[in-house]
Amino acid sequence: MAESPTPNIDRVTYWHTQIRRTAILLAVWFVAGFVLSIFLAEPLNGFRFGGIPFGFWMAQQGSIFVFVSLVFIYTITSNRLDREAGVEETEDTTSSAGEAH
Amino acid sequence: MSIIAWTAVWVVITFSIYIGIAVWSRVADTKGFYVAGQGIPAVANGMAVGADWMSAASFISLAGIVSFMGFDGSVYLMGWTGGYVLLALLLAPYLRKFGEYTVPDFVARRYYSNTARVVAAIAALFVSFTYVAGQMRGVGVVFSRFLGPFLDPVASALGVEVLSLGVVVGMAIVAMYAVLGGMKGVTWTQVAQYCVLIIAYLIPAVAIAMELTGNPVPQGAIGDVVPQLDQLQTDLGLNAYTGPFANLSMLNVFCITLVLMAGTAGLPHVIVRFYTVRTVKAARWSAVWALLFIAILYTVAPAIAMFSRLEILTSFSELGAQGMAQQLGWVQSWTQAGLIESGGWTRETSVTQMLAGIDRDIIVLATPELAGLSNWVVGLVAAGGLAAALSTASGLMIVISSSLAHDIYGEIINPDASEQRRLRVGRLSIGVGVLVAGLAGIYPPGFVAEVVAFAFGLAAASFFPILVLGIFWKRCNRQGAVPGMIVGLVFTFVMIVLMRIDVITEGAIATPIIDSFLGINAVGIGIVGMILNFIVTIAISLNTKTPPQEVQDLVEQVRYPRELTADELKEAVA
Repeated sequence: MAESPTPNIDRVTYWHTQIRRTAILLAVWFVAGFVLSIFLAEPLNGFRFGGIPFGFWMAQQGSIFVFVSLVFIYTITSNRLDREAGVEETEDTTSSAGEAH
Repeated sequence: MSIIAWTAVWVVITFSIYIGIAVWSRVADTKGFYVAGQGIPAVANGMAVGADWMSAASFISLAGIVSFMGFDGSVYLMGWTGGYVLLALLLAPYLRKFGEYTVPDFVARRYYSNTARVVAAIAALFVSFTYVAGQMRGVGVVFSRFLGPFLDPVASALGVEVLSLGVVVGMAIVAMYAVLGGMKGVTWTQVAQYCVLIIAYLIPAVAIAMELTGNPVPQGAIGDVVPQLDQLQTDLGLNAYTGPFANLSMLNVFCITLVLMAGTAGLPHVIVRFYTVRTVKAARWSAVWALLFIAILYTVAPAIAMFSRLEILTSFSELGAQGMAQQLGWVQSWTQAGLIESGGWTRETSVTQMLAGIDRDIIVLATPELAGLSNWVVGLVAAGGLAAALSTASGLMIVISSSLAHDIYGEIINPDASEQRRLRVGRLSIGVGVLVAGLAGIYPPGFVAEVVAFAFGLAAASFFPILVLGIFWKRCNRQGAVPGMIVGLVFTFVMIVLMRIDVITEGAIATPIIDSFLGINAVGIGIVGMILNFIVTIAISLNTKTPPQEVQDLVEQVRYPRELTADELKEAVA
């Protein structure tokens, strides 16, 4: 197996880090999608962003850009963490669907 | 060439491509049939997810709905993109690590129960059938609107309506590549369909943005359009376009957005797409590509909504309704097509009366004409609408087939069936699925009109909680999950029926039995079902015994991309 011989972090740390990062990213998801775009939309419409009321812009454009960025950040950081913890897949350690069938 | 001729050209070209792909990607085993042999690259899978996701409704109706709802249309924009954050962070990589073929597969293994499998398979079937019937109808509608005069002689020779003929043609195409190629055929045609639909969507949007503001990027052009639009709306005595909660209360905007997100993450035809890639890493990248490809359409749609609305309101303030009916070509041609009722428009017609006479689907269908584009673009939009409808229908067909042939036949009725027999049953069940969906498209049952409430509400209330708990909480057990799923499903189903009985029975019962539940409407109610599912599952799990060791090992396993060794698993438990 092409597993890295000495992982920098152990698996418990790996999982706790993953959970913590997921929670932080979901908090951003909630703030962008719900707090700024819905709950505070009315007051935020008083501010303009490139000519557009900010609450409205968040609800129809900004939040979607934030969502794409969150998934991108998650993927980059998770793939890096996999390597650090020595739990990334290689060709021969990949599990494949349908083995049970 | 005329619009009709161009439409025919585009439809023939794109359909030939789909059939070519079908023949090229035939499969011979169940792994190819259900998960495309797990050989799909992440970018291609991202496109396939995008095409699978964006249905006839997204393509044709979304911009129109947003245009007429203003700010409140954001529920669909955010709901149908934000769900991918939940999917990417909470489900996709873990379910890919688990492997297997279907969502009920995971439910059955994680909750060590065939009852759980059956409940999940039935939920998957109901959700997918409601959804697919709408797609088939969408195919028929596009055919009859764009190719009506062309197909009229054929249809009348056969003694059927053009819409029915369109549905049959659509069914035949989907059946061909889904039966032959299974998931592999469906995936590669979806890649082609994504390209067709996004090009068809962007060309008119870019052209109209350029014309209105000189900026070709629709997302940037709205900066100039919004102030004009708000001003015009106010001058005409309407609410500002950007003002929130004109149509829906804040509570409903919140609940609907959340239910569409959780429902997205729980929809079986979306989840299975993440089984088709080779690694967990590729599953994560698929989610990035998928959301990016979806976001392109979902950030352009609100721009189209605003451009069209500005055009329509400007025409109204310059010409009045009567002038619009007499002088504007697009008003006249869409009046003929039956999508604008301008017959009664007079000097006295108010702006609200004028808007009420316009079918929402016009917003996308008429954009090329509003922007003064050539006929070939109008024809391309029709091909894009068909691509959107067919790709979603075929993704759903795979779920229907796998629920019937794999979960119910292969795992419960006849677990000893040979590989060849399973594949045969799989193909047969797609055939049956296409037939039933086609019939439902031609003679739509009332509940199809409530597809958004049913599909997303039920997916959010049944699958989402038990999948998330199954991955993140080892203690969650069968005793909790099965009743949790049933309570979520039944509550949501009953509530939607009570609130929409008038639509579901097509007027046989004229008024809804209840209007709302704690102020939440039928589309948002799935959120209550989801919360009930969480409560029931957690409460019962805590008061019953811990799941067996092998299930806890399974949960440990799905959390890490690499397969853990037996020693490593023992370590984890200690």
